[in-house]
Amino acid sequence: MSTEEKKNSQISLDSEILSPSTEKEVSEIVREIYSKQLPIEITGTGTKKGFGYNLQTAKKLSLSKLSGIIDYKKEELYIKVKAGTPIQDIEKILDENNQELAFEPIDFGYMINGQSNKGTIGGYVACNFAGSRRFKVGSVRDHILGFKGVNGKGDIIKSGGTVVKNVTGYDLSKLISGSFGTLVVLTEITLKVSPKKQSQITVIVYSDEIKKISNLFDKILSSSNEVSAATFIPEEPSHKNYEHTKNKVFKFNDLDQEGSFLAFRIEGDKRSIDERLKELKIELDLSNFKSSILDVHQSIPFWKKVNNLELFSGTKNNVLRAVMPPAKCEAFSKFLNKNYKYYIDWCGSLFWIEVLDKDDEKINKIKNFIVENSGYLTILKKSENFDFQDTLFTIDNTRLMISKKIKESFDPKKLFNPGRMYREF
Amino acid sequence: MTELALPKIDKDTISRKDQIVSHLKKFTKDENILSENEEIKPYETDGLAAYKQTPLAVVLPENTKEVSEILKFCNEENIKVIPRGAGTGLSGGALPLQDAILLGLGKFNKILEIDFENKCVVTQPGVTNLGITHAVQHKGYYYAPDPSSQLACSIGGNVAENSGGVHSLKYGTTTNNILGVEMVMMDGTITRIGGKTLDQEGYDLLGLVCGSEGLLGVITEVTVKILRKPQSVRAALIGFPTVEDGGNCVSDIISSGIVPAGMEMMDKALIDATDKFSKAGYPKDAEVLMIVELDGTKSEVDGLLNKVSEIAKQNNSNSMKLSNNEKERLAFWSGRKAAFPACGAMAPDYYCMDGSIPRGKLSLILKEINELSKKYNLAVANAFHAGDGNLHPLIMFDGSDKEQLRKTEEFGAEILKACVKHGGALTGEHGVGIEKRELMCESFNNNDIQQQLNIKKSLDEKNLLNPGKVYPILRKCAEEGRVHVHRGEEKFPDLPRF
Repeated sequence: MSTEEKKNSQISLDSEILSPSTEKEVSEIVREIYSKQLPIEITGTGTKKGFGYNLQTAKKLSLSKLSGIIDYKKEELYIKVKAGTPIQDIEKILDENNQELAFEPIDFGYMINGQSNKGTIGGYVACNFAGSRRFKVGSVRDHILGFKGVNGKGDIIKSGGTVVKNVTGYDLSKLISGSFGTLVVLTEITLKVSPKKQSQITVIVYSDEIKKISNLFDKILSSSNEVSAATFIPEEPSHKNYEHTKNKVFKFNDLDQEGSFLAFRIEGDKRSIDERLKELKIELDLSNFKSSILDVHQSIPFWKKVNNLELFSGTKNNVLRAVMPPAKCEAFSKFLNKNYKYYIDWCGSLFWIEVLDKDDEKINKIKNFIVENSGYLTILKKSENFDFQDTLFTIDNTRLMISKKIKESFDPKKLFNPGRMYREF
Repeated sequence: MTELALPKIDKDTISRKDQIVSHLKKFTKDENILSENEEIKPYETDGLAAYKQTPLAVVLPENTKEVSEILKFCNEENIKVIPRGAGTGLSGGALPLQDAILLGLGKFNKILEIDFENKCVVTQPGVTNLGITHAVQHKGYYYAPDPSSQLACSIGGNVAENSGGVHSLKYGTTTNNILGVEMVMMDGTITRIGGKTLDQEGYDLLGLVCGSEGLLGVITEVTVKILRKPQSVRAALIGFPTVEDGGNCVSDIISSGIVPAGMEMMDKALIDATDKFSKAGYPKDAEVLMIVELDGTKSEVDGLLNKVSEIAKQNNSNSMKLSNNEKERLAFWSGRKAAFPACGAMAPDYYCMDGSIPRGKLSLILKEINELSKKYNLAVANAFHAGDGNLHPLIMFDGSDKEQLRKTEEFGAEILKACVKHGGALTGEHGVGIEKRELMCESFNNNDIQQQLNIKKSLDEKNLLNPGKVYPILRKCAEEGRVHVHRGEEKFPDLPRF
């Protein structure tokens, strides 16, 4: 900022919620809070407010006014948007052009309060939680081509660009994905977009046997038939404090509601779907299972429900997100089975687990099992009496030390979302 | 060799050479330390052979503990360290310094675990890219990123450079295909990032390290994802009468929703060069030639290939061959794969550039490159990873003529500046190294670069790990007013302007 500009800037920090409408204003606000050493909480529309530790900053920086599509180049497969743009707006324009965000943004609104709310793209990138297609297409971070943002000193910085092949300098687009707003205030994000697949079907395979399910996941992962999603929805535990939602959520003409089931999705044109289905039936030995098929009209809403955690819609309990090496699927499922309401996504790698309120000891046991088996756990939703003493995120001391240094290189006074990820910063 | 600004030489370190060498012997076997001139010679340069420097000594540690002890010692003693994989990099990222230890990872050459259950391979960094595929192909698996040097380049080097290849259009580059690394920081700290799970929690340190060109840590182990080979692969060899037609065809294929496994393009100069060299039987009447490769199930590939040929016809293609078997498909590729040696046969030297542009600007940039070729009076041949807008112009020159080398570098820099001007990037997959260091100001302003330097400083406080690479060092950049020292802060002693 030139001296002239400095004189003209009239940034007031009077209100509790600061809502800049330009990148320059974000930068000016951060310069002010930097000079006054005022920590801030960064929010979009607040959908993921409950993730991580609660913050008690005097000021909030809301990005909701920093919204809108800057540049959409359909033929170059990218869209550049302001960070506070609602995901819904982005999906709408892509849908009109027969394109999509391949990482299938999760709608956390259901889990939080029972109502759909996808929030903003900035918030979503800050979490890096990819949807069901993750094992096939990569995570959110793999779809960020570039960004602009404001670091903890108020400097506007950028990294990446709009092209897919770019190794100029450190790949900061990866680093800011999943940093929960602790490194930069995002102002602009360029996302890679993908053409929509022509059609899809979902194959339902009925089985309660975890060994068989985990074996099916393994065969799907080993197949070259490009399955684009695979989930396991087990019967719910009988405990009365778990709401039995499975049969309400997954109500489809061609889905038998009795018992547990595995579901996998095949996408493409009709001919290719038919061909791959034929091959997968042999590869997975489906003649030995009871199975059914959801056509495209059922398949699309089915995966929305899986992806949007509708099984946990409006729950008052804790919700945990665990990622395991795929080979640990069977062991972990056996550990959880019948004791918890849970389901598996990402073809055996991602576990969504509901743990009853006042059951922090169980969270501890789950976390220990996960860490011993080389996975990681994030506690996403905390119940009313949550009193878990360990960290909400999984990290070892060396990585924590490195993370702390990186944090300081962006935000030396530790003003952005202080303590959201780790108590240390 | 042209003039190249390098970090200030620490004469004290050079004078302590014998003492340092004898100290290093405490950490690894004597035979792993090379300090005689004739032993060191092969390490003087990497794939960017225009530049040579003799390192103080070469150390070839055998395990992580040794790497950690060596780095810790160098950090304490203020000795610079240049990590090196197979030395095939094209941007000078492993160029030694006279007062630096060259840390070669060549002895880390074992695959540690093949884990089909978790669809990954755990390997030491010195294993070649192709070596990984060789280890798993008996079960129908492969490692997807395929840089053209895959026979020789090491996986550790691939991580450092975030290497791509012909098939990164569909399967991504290194960063999209690795699950974890073990890394030693400059202070000797050993850390594990990621593992066998998808993603990692917390800051994406794996994403930061991948493509960091050996500036943030030394990779001592890599876990890569392996994929099942597709059932069917076919390719189309398509000629176009004009550059515009070829460029439009690339854009049309992508916007039609098809994601080919690879989509390569060659210009007239390269078609002629490679045809003479490899007898690939490429069409003589084409101004540009395109190879489109599709993979998937048999009927899917057949269907997509038909769609591709229709789109090509709409864009005035004047020749088209579709592969009907592996032999034909490989024949299509034989010319493209011989592109570099073919240029080598046409001129004493060639200089391979690596810029990225939006796909829609392909024909425009090709025209500009041809104009520049006339301006500099140097022949150029162009190979493109057209599907993802990654260009590899090959400038032909005579390296024994100093003036020609200077002109070549200027020509190359102009191409890269044009890439940035058109909304692209300075480097698509070869890295910045020393080669494009001074051009960083084309893409980034002072704040952007300062932020990156702050990260570097936070993990390597004394700037000892691979100094002089990636970030501008010359005053020229600053004098042009695009970059200046940011309020005099965070100044690296060796980097005059930052």
